[in-house]
Amino acid sequence: MKTRTNAQAYWRANLKYLLILLSIWFLVSFGAGILFKDSLDEIRLGGFKLGFWFAQQGSIYVFVILIFIYIHLMNKLDKKHGYSE
Amino acid sequence: MDVQLWTWLLVGLSFALYFGIAIWARASSTKDFYIAGSGVSPLANGMATAADWMSAASFISMAGIISFIGYDGSVFLMGWTGGYVLLALLLAPYLRKFGKFTVPDFIGDRYYSNAARTVAIVCALIVSFTYVAGQMRGVGIVFSQFLQVEITNGVLIGMAVVLVFAFLGGMKGITYTQVAQYCVLIFAFMVPAIFISIQMTGNPIPQFGMGSQLENGTYLLDKLDNLHTQLGFREYTDGSKSTWDVFAITLALMAGTSGLPHVIVRFFTVPKVRDARKSAGYALLLIAVLYTTAPAVAVFARTNLIETVMDKEYSSLPTWFRNWENTGLIAWTDKNKDGKIQYSNSNAVIGKPEFTEARGANNERLVSNASNTENELYVDRDIMVLANPEIAKLPNWVIALVAAGGLAAALSTAAGLLLVISTSISHDLLKKQLMPEITDKQELLAARISILLAVLVAGLFGIYPPGFVAAVVALAFGLAAASFFPAIVLGIFDKRMNKEGAVAGMVVGISIMLFYMIRFKTGFFGVEPLPASEWWFGTSPEGFGVVAMALNIITALVISRLTPAPPQEVQNIVEDIRIPSGAGEASQH
Repeated sequence: MKTRTNAQAYWRANLKYLLILLSIWFLVSFGAGILFKDSLDEIRLGGFKLGFWFAQQGSIYVFVILIFIYIHLMNKLDKKHGYSE
Repeated sequence: MDVQLWTWLLVGLSFALYFGIAIWARASSTKDFYIAGSGVSPLANGMATAADWMSAASFISMAGIISFIGYDGSVFLMGWTGGYVLLALLLAPYLRKFGKFTVPDFIGDRYYSNAARTVAIVCALIVSFTYVAGQMRGVGIVFSQFLQVEITNGVLIGMAVVLVFAFLGGMKGITYTQVAQYCVLIFAFMVPAIFISIQMTGNPIPQFGMGSQLENGTYLLDKLDNLHTQLGFREYTDGSKSTWDVFAITLALMAGTSGLPHVIVRFFTVPKVRDARKSAGYALLLIAVLYTTAPAVAVFARTNLIETVMDKEYSSLPTWFRNWENTGLIAWTDKNKDGKIQYSNSNAVIGKPEFTEARGANNERLVSNASNTENELYVDRDIMVLANPEIAKLPNWVIALVAAGGLAAALSTAAGLLLVISTSISHDLLKKQLMPEITDKQELLAARISILLAVLVAGLFGIYPPGFVAAVVALAFGLAAASFFPAIVLGIFDKRMNKEGAVAGMVVGISIMLFYMIRFKTGFFGVEPLPASEWWFGTSPEGFGVVAMALNIITALVISRLTPAPPQEVQNIVEDIRIPSGAGEASQH
């Protein structure tokens, strides 16, 4: 029974991480790069219009960072629940 | 040395390297052959995944397409990278823990049904074949452009090369060859980009150069927007697709990317679950190098092209212009007879240029199908990356390097796809369904025979490309999004999902996607596809994968709740794959 609750707690924590990370994933690409592109384009980042920058550069950088944050969080979570090997 | 010699030299050297690796990494068991014995390190796997993923389309066509459609090209950039986030978070770790060889394996076991497995095999074959045909064509084009051989011979050489390293090494050979191919292709993509970035903006990092100032203090992107407005195009940083369509295409490409069997299978090749996560991270990092450079290359190439040709005398143009004109990928018709090139936003010719044998007043090649618009210039999108180093007057060895890189990109992707096709036949179909009693050795033989057949079919597609291939490659993502992606994600995250729901969902998803594709994109046996004005809610066929995916999910959820829950042992499998430890070695049983 104990392993079962442990597994359930692990899974819930995992789902929470996924929810947060995927929200950011959605915001930078579909949000900043597409839905709010026109209003963000009013702001400039050097030679870039901000919405355009998110669509062709920024979102990709954030994607990479998100995966590495996920790797880090999950490795810690594995350890906490005794699943790391 | 001239370009020709450099090209032979660099292509020859890179091919020798691939062969050497293939011989060194021969496969001796089905496990080696299908998943490289699950012994690949995360970094090597990340590089192989990146090479597998970045095809001739990414290397040759993507920057060119972006350079012609500007902001709208973002759908490819976000779609083909964002999919890796879904892959890393929603699929890769669980599929590795599940520990089988293929996607149909997972679908078949999770949904305890051979019908589900068969549907998955059919989807895998449709997706992989449409994709691989485009790669073989890409190999043929690169050979014919740079080495002046016929496209047919180019395809044959490509077939022979892929066959050797796929046949000998299986997944093991392919994985290590792809590591080398990643290095070749990324070097070949970055070197010209860095040169041109320094040339135009003084900044050696193309990602920054794209947003930098030119010598006179204006920003490069502002200048390009201005040029576009002058010529009657929409601003480069602004798109012409509707927001909904951009949204739909991006999401379809993302879900499709994470559902492509040749990408997913790569995560079976690492030893542990944590390695699967890590290699997804490395893969995206390595892919992002090219994907963040491509939009910069697009901006440089577009600006260079417009500046070189706009209102210039034809006779004063550099030689690259005439070289590409001779290959038929550039065409100019002097409509107002002033000897200068007028370039604007309309089609210069109707469809592709059809050249007559004759030459015009300025010794230009004449075309027979000029349109009656003011635009006099036709430029094929595919040449931007290939011609870019010449346009920027870079040294010959850089131009040759691009050829070697394009070949590396096309060959690595073709090899990965061919392996998925052969695995689907020898493992999923023969071993798991038709002839379960064959030995490991016989299965390995079957795998090698099916790879031979797959290469032959792919080569035929490359030599005689059916009209639908080009249209369908982009749609392979829609098909993957509409079929696999929901079935796999629901299989992991919804314990209650049963075979009735999953099979119904996949069948509904892929049927409606195929229907929409045929109706609006490819046509069918003489029935013309309907025009864009008839699209449902303004959704392009490329973006329709999202609608089909949603229908798949809804169907699956509803049907599964109306039918019995999956058996206890299947629910136990689901609980087990959610926990990372004890992944052990991938096994057949």
